[in-house]
Amino acid sequence: MDLVLRELLEYIVDSMPSSVTGSSLTKGELIIGVQRESLIQVLKFLRDDVNCQFKMLIDICGVDYPDRDQRFEVVYNLLSLSHNNRIRVKVAVAEDVAVPSATVVFSCANWWEREAWDLYGIPFSDHPDLRRILTDYGFEGHPLRKDFPLTGYVEVRYDDARKRVVYEPVKLTQEFRSFDFLSPWEGTPTLLPGDEKATNAGKGTA
Amino acid sequence: MPDSAAAAGPLLPGPEQDALLRQVTGELTDKGFVVAQLDKLVNWARCGSLWPMTFGLACCAVEMMHTYVSRYDLDRFGVVPRPSPRQSDVIIVAGTLTNKMAPAFRRVYDQMAEPRYVISMGSCANGGGYYHYSYSVVRGCDRVVPVDVYVPGCPPTAEALLYGILQLQKKIRRTGTLWR
Repeated sequence: MDLVLRELLEYIVDSMPSSVTGSSLTKGELIIGVQRESLIQVLKFLRDDVNCQFKMLIDICGVDYPDRDQRFEVVYNLLSLSHNNRIRVKVAVAEDVAVPSATVVFSCANWWEREAWDLYGIPFSDHPDLRRILTDYGFEGHPLRKDFPLTGYVEVRYDDARKRVVYEPVKLTQEFRSFDFLSPWEGTPTLLPGDEKATNAGKGTA
Repeated sequence: MPDSAAAAGPLLPGPEQDALLRQVTGELTDKGFVVAQLDKLVNWARCGSLWPMTFGLACCAVEMMHTYVSRYDLDRFGVVPRPSPRQSDVIIVAGTLTNKMAPAFRRVYDQMAEPRYVISMGSCANGGGYYHYSYSVVRGCDRVVPVDVYVPGCPPTAEALLYGILQLQKKIRRTGTLWR
């Protein structure tokens, strides 16, 4: 199986050497990195090529890597029903740089691109209807970005005087705390219970 | 009432009937008999037909369904889910109330006829629960509507919700009046 996948990966990379920036076969999963400019061409190839036949777009996700130069990554998961194969296509993109919309290749990409736009703020060019899909009406910011504060900026409450639900700046009586559940006073110990036995055995003293 | 009058059949209009009516009216005015009993009657009716607005928002809704169907069978308490707020007496907030849902939820609550009650079911509805620090979740549905009964749990068991409904019935029986 791995050999077949390896061959398929080589075939894909060799067919579009200028578009594919990287490729790997890890844990039996095909992954290719793609230039942003040639994304549509690659997706079309993967969909239509007789050896690929990745006719189904399973999902589009966004990833935020704040340390990277090209901050975001858009991940396309494709499935070939006829060959029973899956492939993952990754596109790195900097902030405020538009990714070509995949709706021309897979019409189901529409809502997923809206989701990626909503939660990460990745714009998609030539998208038929790029607006928010999940967050509140009039929501500000993109909540799955690493620099978005966990609790956001606004909270709602019913105002009895104005007879409607109003938005107010968020006000917490207690800050969010992260618990380690092992020692509330000293934090997580570097040695977990039972680890000392392994260390002793390694020294040969046991 | 005189024994002879009862034996003689219906009392004809006249001084005797007037005297009897005066006596009964006097008794009623003195003791306030009718008002107290009507209260109880109304409370009994309200307890016995608590129609909840179907308002399942998340996983708690599944537990709410369990309470409705055969094993716990809320029908036997006169609790029948309604699809319209106009027909409902109580709204069971079963699940996470998000910021986006809050205005819609308040509107549904406003559309319910008085007297109306609210059961907050589960941690999320009680105080945000797992999502307390989230950017998109209301930290307790009591920020949007007044809540009568809080049912704790994540999700509460069907028994817990049943107990919450029984507690609400108890509350209505104890505090319910004709005019709130």
